Amino acid sequence: MMRELADNIMDIAQNSISAGASLTEVHVTVSHEEDRITFVFRDNGCGMSEEMVRSVMEPFTTSRKTRKVGLGLPLLRQTAEMTGGSISVESTVGVGTVVTAAFGLTHIDRPPMGDVAGAFFSLVMMNPDTDFLFTFDYDGKDFTFDTRIIRETVAPLPLNQMEIASWIKDCLSTEINELHGGNFS
Amino acid sequence: MKSLAELQAIRNRMIDQVSMRKDDSIDTRVVVGMATCGIAAGARPVMLEFVEEIKRRGLENVTVSQTGCIGMCRLEPMVEITVKDQEKVTYIHMSPEKVARVVAEHIVNGRPVEEYTIGYQG
Repeated sequence: MMRELADNIMDIAQNSISAGASLTEVHVTVSHEEDRITFVFRDNGCGMSEEMVRSVMEPFTTSRKTRKVGLGLPLLRQTAEMTGGSISVESTVGVGTVVTAAFGLTHIDRPPMGDVAGAFFSLVMMNPDTDFLFTFDYDGKDFTFDTRIIRETVAPLPLNQMEIASWIKDCLSTEINELHGGNFS
Repeated sequence: MKSLAELQAIRNRMIDQVSMRKDDSIDTRVVVGMATCGIAAGARPVMLEFVEEIKRRGLENVTVSQTGCIGMCRLEPMVEITVKDQEKVTYIHMSPEKVARVVAEHIVNGRPVEEYTIGYQG
C-alpha cells in the first residue's frame, strides 16, 4: 500500500504519460457530505483493449517488456476497497483511458491524503513537455490548474525552468491549502 | 490560479538570462527512480528536496528528472547522479535528510558520498 493517497495520484497519472498522452487530467474531489474522496484520471493516451482492461487489476499484468509485474492499479484498488470504496477503468484504443477511484473519507483504514500539491508539482516537473489539467474540489470549493495556460504564458521557456517551477509549486500549495484551510489530511 | 501577471514578469526576467546561457551549460543530471516501487518507498519527498536544495543554492547547471523501475525495488528510493564527465553514481535508500549532503559534497564539490552509494560495504 502507498503511505499517502498523493503517492497513488503520482503513480497512476504516470501510466497516462507512458501511454503517450498529450493531456492528462487528474480530478480530486473531497466531499464530507458524501463521506467520499474521489480521484478521476482521464487521458488521451493510446488506450487499452477490452482484454487488457479486464486483466489490468491483476498484479501480473503490465505492458512493460522488461518484467512481468505492474502494481500501480492493484495497489489503488486495494486501498479503495479496504476503505469501502471502489475503482473502475474504462478505456478505448486510440481514444484514451479513464480511471475512477473512490475512498471512504472517514474510514479508519484510509491513508492520509498527503501532499497533493507536491504530487501535482512532481508530475509537471518530471514531465515538462506534456500537459496536465488538475482540479481539486473540496466540499464545493474548487481550484483548477491547467499547464496549457502556464505554457502559453511562459513560452518559450520550459515549465521545469527553476524560477517557473518554483512559481508553480507555490501556486499549487497556496491554492490547495486555501481550499481546506490546512485542516485536512 | 495565482496571478498570471506575476508569472509573466518572471518569464520576462528569466528570458534574457536564459538566452545568454549556452545550451550545453547543463552538466549535472539527477535522476530519481519514480516507478511504483520508488514512489511507495518515498521518492517524492526526495525529489522535492533535490529541487528545493538546488534552488536554494542557485545551481543552474543541474537538471532533475525521473526514471522507471530498474529492477532493484528493495533499494528504493534510488537516485542516479552524473556530474560532468564522471561516471554515474547510484545512491540507494535515499531520504530527504540525505539530500543536502549529497548536493554539497557530490554536485558542488565533485566527491560522491560513498556511504550512501550502492557499492558501499559498511
